[in-house]
Amino acid sequence: MKGSEIIIESLKREKVEVIFGYPGGALLPFFDCLYDAPIKFYLTRHEQAAAHAADGYARASGKTGVCVATSGPGATNLVTGITNAYMDSIPIVALTGQVRTSLIGNDAFQEADTTGITRSITKHNYLVKNTEDLARVFKEAFYIASSGRPGPVLVDLPVDVQMGEAEFSYPENISIRSYRPTYYGHPGQIKKALRAIEKSKHPVIMAGGGVITSGASGRLFEFAKKIQAPVTTTLMGLGAYPAEDELFLGMPGMHGTVYANRAITNSDLLIAIGCRFDDRVTGKLDAFAPQAKIIHIDIDPTSISKNVKADIPIVGDVGNILGEMLELIKKPAQSKEWLKEIERNKKKYPLSYRKSSLRIKPQAVVEEIFSQTRGEAIISTEVGQNQMWAAQFYKFKFPRTFITSGGLGTMGFGFPAAIGASIACPGRLVFDIAGDGSIQMNIQELATVATYKIPVKIIILNNNYLGMVRQWQELFYKKRYAATPLDNPDFVKVAEGFGVKAMRIEKEKDIKKAIKEIIAHKGPVLADFWIEEEENVFPMVPAGASIDRMIGELA
Amino acid sequence: MKHTIQALVENKFGVLARVSSLFSARGYNIDSLAVGTTEDSTISCITLVVNAEDERILEQIKKQLNKLIDVVTVIDLTKREHIDRELILAKIVLNKKDSRRILKEIKSKYGVRIVSEKNNVLVLEFVGDNRQTKGFLSEIENFEIKQLVRTGRIAMGY
Repeated sequence: MKGSEIIIESLKREKVEVIFGYPGGALLPFFDCLYDAPIKFYLTRHEQAAAHAADGYARASGKTGVCVATSGPGATNLVTGITNAYMDSIPIVALTGQVRTSLIGNDAFQEADTTGITRSITKHNYLVKNTEDLARVFKEAFYIASSGRPGPVLVDLPVDVQMGEAEFSYPENISIRSYRPTYYGHPGQIKKALRAIEKSKHPVIMAGGGVITSGASGRLFEFAKKIQAPVTTTLMGLGAYPAEDELFLGMPGMHGTVYANRAITNSDLLIAIGCRFDDRVTGKLDAFAPQAKIIHIDIDPTSISKNVKADIPIVGDVGNILGEMLELIKKPAQSKEWLKEIERNKKKYPLSYRKSSLRIKPQAVVEEIFSQTRGEAIISTEVGQNQMWAAQFYKFKFPRTFITSGGLGTMGFGFPAAIGASIACPGRLVFDIAGDGSIQMNIQELATVATYKIPVKIIILNNNYLGMVRQWQELFYKKRYAATPLDNPDFVKVAEGFGVKAMRIEKEKDIKKAIKEIIAHKGPVLADFWIEEEENVFPMVPAGASIDRMIGELA
Repeated sequence: MKHTIQALVENKFGVLARVSSLFSARGYNIDSLAVGTTEDSTISCITLVVNAEDERILEQIKKQLNKLIDVVTVIDLTKREHIDRELILAKIVLNKKDSRRILKEIKSKYGVRIVSEKNNVLVLEFVGDNRQTKGFLSEIENFEIKQLVRTGRIAMGY
């Protein structure tokens, strides 16, 4: 069988239904084979968008996303997208064309050292030098991407390897002696954790993206109810716990809620589940949960005691461990008084903003989308203020409905990720909540949604600024707005030029009607909301401060 | 504090690059690195001497190494009894009156071999453990050193 046929057969064995990508010289044999294959190919207009679309597809579906780009510039254009998936532990397999093996290292046309460049941003990568290795490499690549702590795997495919001949036999099983993730928690550690919970008076659960990856949202809910502990979810964990439940605290950290941060600061037991104590969550480390004993459950041993020392570490799959704990729990925590105190704080310091009947408030737009979709839409975001307003004001009910660039903070992520999510979940409403800055980082994908009629709803919260950076300049740099004001194009005309329905909303009273129209329209829509220009995201923990010192509490 | 860490890795191309780029990407310091094949032809052994400021960083180094797909096992030899050796080649010039006498002392003290000798220029071969290496390096400062090459430490548990 030809190498390119082996690649397609391997993808079929891995049940790949969709590939995002862009062709090129070093991929001609592969694309020639793909032409007849029962795999749907989506041509994005930039390779970065292909990687983000595969990422969004993976986040929304739980399956491994696949993207493909040619050698040299194609591969380097994937780099941001791969890094984004790496930081957020998203399973994608990236295929890249490569110059023929005899030319590697010769500075050939469109040659780049792709495996070298991507070494530190992939979970693993391969340069396949022999056609007979293809099947094994594909089996390993998909296994590594989706198992343990998931992540991107890149397979670099020289053009002569695609053209070579080899016997095809796809490995049934896989065993990599140097890669054996731990899935079950240590029973002794689990018992220790349960004893700590029974003794605790001020417990807080902090859940992260690992809960969603593991499919453990149901168990998390049961666990929280059973031990009677409030739950805060990190940005990556939003959707892992129903936001409207009474035990929910919202997000912790820099733009979290006052009551989540206060609860962490005053807790005597922090149960961290599938999260990694990012600096945006912890703020100043010395002042983070200073009185708390810390239980840390995570599948990745390197996440444990990296930033915050765990007193009771449990390595393993979050779902398995919560399952075991649920069976063994005898008593809840002694948290009656604590829950009352938290309830008081929730009433005292709610997330809020100053409403306006004139200018459009971005928070009001997000709230309106929430209310008209009953919290059941898939929401992707770009990065910046738009992302934080979406995280704060959309009350997520289900896992895999919030798709955002958490670790890397990649502007330009939201739109292509929404494309991937929409393809993964046909029939679901998918919104990209965007800023006027970040939408322009992958705006060429309007061509993709127009071509394939992908019904993504783009909501631009347009303040004519790079808003989050402007906010920091306002607060910490004496309002010197260096390089943050934007002279924007007419977004309505731009979208219409691509053949996408578009509208502009300038008045508060038109929000409701506009959202209704956006939802009712069957295809893609771009809606340009002209919002209050200098609206800020509050509350906020200044960089490097303790999370208990929030500014703008009653904004 | 210095730690001797051994990583047994798959004997494939690119593995050394993965290990060394992990160190640079995460800002860990390597004092020395020695790599070679083992009794098992599919496994290479990388012996690293690392400078970890505290226990937390050392733990991270070990865990991050283990996380690399091609790393089979990581052993921290510092915490167990082990044998360590390093080989040094030193090209020296005997330029003082008592150079010959000092050389004789060093030779007998450290079992140094003279690999080549041309006029007053000698190449010495030293093999020894960490403590002896320090001693040898300080004593050959009595000579003019033209060139010095070290293999880096290798080690083995008992």
